[in-house]
Amino acid sequence: MKEIVVISGKGGTGKTSLTASFAMLAGKDIVVADCDVDAADMHLLLEPDFEETEDFYSGEEAYIVQESCIQCGKCEEVCRFNAIDIVKGRFVVNAFNCEGCGYCARICPTKAIVNKEVKVGECFTSNIKTGTYMVHARLGVGADNSGKLVAKVKNEAKELAKVFNKDYVLVDGSPGVGCPVVSSLSGASFVILVTEPTVSGLHDLKRVYQLVKKFNIKTGCIINKADLNIEKTTEVESFLKSEAIVHLANLPYDEDFTKAMVSGKTIVEYNHGLLSELISNSWNKTLEILK
Amino acid sequence: MKVAIASGKGGTGKTTLSTNLSAYLAESEKTVLVDLDVEEPNSGLFIHGHLVHQEEVYKMVPEWVEDKCTFCGLCQQSCNFHAVIQLGPVIMVFPELCHSCYACSELCPVEALPMVQKKIGHLQQFRSEGLHFVESRLDIGEEQAVPLIASTLDFVNKQFDCDWTIIYDSPPGTSCPVIEATSDADFVILVTEPTPFGFHDLKLAVDTMRQLGKSFGVVINRHGIGNDEVEDYCHEEGIPLLAKIANSRAIAERYSVGKLLYKEVPEVLEALIKIKHFLNTMAKEVAK
Repeated sequence: MKEIVVISGKGGTGKTSLTASFAMLAGKDIVVADCDVDAADMHLLLEPDFEETEDFYSGEEAYIVQESCIQCGKCEEVCRFNAIDIVKGRFVVNAFNCEGCGYCARICPTKAIVNKEVKVGECFTSNIKTGTYMVHARLGVGADNSGKLVAKVKNEAKELAKVFNKDYVLVDGSPGVGCPVVSSLSGASFVILVTEPTVSGLHDLKRVYQLVKKFNIKTGCIINKADLNIEKTTEVESFLKSEAIVHLANLPYDEDFTKAMVSGKTIVEYNHGLLSELISNSWNKTLEILK
Repeated sequence: MKVAIASGKGGTGKTTLSTNLSAYLAESEKTVLVDLDVEEPNSGLFIHGHLVHQEEVYKMVPEWVEDKCTFCGLCQQSCNFHAVIQLGPVIMVFPELCHSCYACSELCPVEALPMVQKKIGHLQQFRSEGLHFVESRLDIGEEQAVPLIASTLDFVNKQFDCDWTIIYDSPPGTSCPVIEATSDADFVILVTEPTPFGFHDLKLAVDTMRQLGKSFGVVINRHGIGNDEVEDYCHEEGIPLLAKIANSRAIAERYSVGKLLYKEVPEVLEALIKIKHFLNTMAKEVAK
């Protein structure tokens, strides 16, 4: 079983639209994992049935039992996260700031502070319209530990792939280079970078590729909206060449990306022309490489 | 006044709005733009100034002093993040897992885990005509954006007092980096696009802002593609719609080469004027 991860560095380059199209093309051969847990959108295109829902707990949060508190203020002194507020003369925990380090509970002389496990989100296993499974999640508002939720989604997807003998796990990653991205890259067999020919597209591509390199994973790249700026596209192409990244396709600037999304369809369902053909070629190339 | 520009979905135009709004405001008031999207900072591609200051940014992590250690095991017990582990006669510290809570260091009975600096990124300050610009950049391989964002906010708050308008270009999403980046703002502008993805992620961002108790408004970018869901939602929810910027290939092309838009695209300027007016009215109300 192999794992294909789609990321982009920069947001809004077309990552999710393309991943959903790949899912459509791959049909039953894959399990889909939406690891962009901060802003999960793939369910808008793949019609999941939310068959199983599981609460996801990760980390802890301090809670002060007022009856036992003697107002000594030691918790506030040791907290490095500004998470102890004084409200009407009482010490209370600011849940948004609390990192769950547990330091305050350890030093409280009257054991008035308890650590509670925090529900940071929900993880779903669904049947989707392509006849296979998708694992996806919803991160609670302002929740920490999105990296761990990403790991959870990926592991569930891999587990399903094993049980049902699927060849691939297809992962939609999140933007950036921080913990959720690091988490989605670990264990990947192939990375597809989706970029656009803009100053920021190229800048972010270079940064995220520095991260991919650390994992030593074979990488391909799709340049979306390639005709928006031919010069920049050439610049992206020479970067790909210099780093031996497989150039999978140049896609045109095409409003079918949006139109397909509005109609709740993947691009390959909506568009029957060149755009879909190019996407289909990219997927076949990817499978060829992974053989 | 401090204004954070945020969005749930990535690539909706946060940086476009942040850079253009800042440059425009700087023509008439003291303005500083701060790029808090430390994982992928892009504002600097559009704002070109001369470097006036730079510094490395560190987080504090424990460092094991073998000679002092009695292997009592308290450090391992006190770390909720598994960043300190005792393996036989060795204490191993994993800096990338450390949240800098100081528990292991301060609870160690023999001071065998002093806190030391670990570089996580760097901060640069530029001056571009009337505009000040601060950018922080996370080192590749560092996973935690929050400590760098927090240090950057500290730096900005020391440098610039309340006479300044501060614009924060925030990271995408709704998790910890966004919470940190908007924590200091008086007002948050959520940039979205009128598409199903944009709408879905906007609702998440609105939830986040409501739970944080932030006052916020919406700017619709790429108006004209997609559908009316976002606009209808804002009306229904009573969320102020500050401005709409039309979808245009010409705008996308200018953006692609790293150019500011408002001096060349009249409707972008029009949107900025509306936003400035809204912010001024808000500032006056806050002052009351």
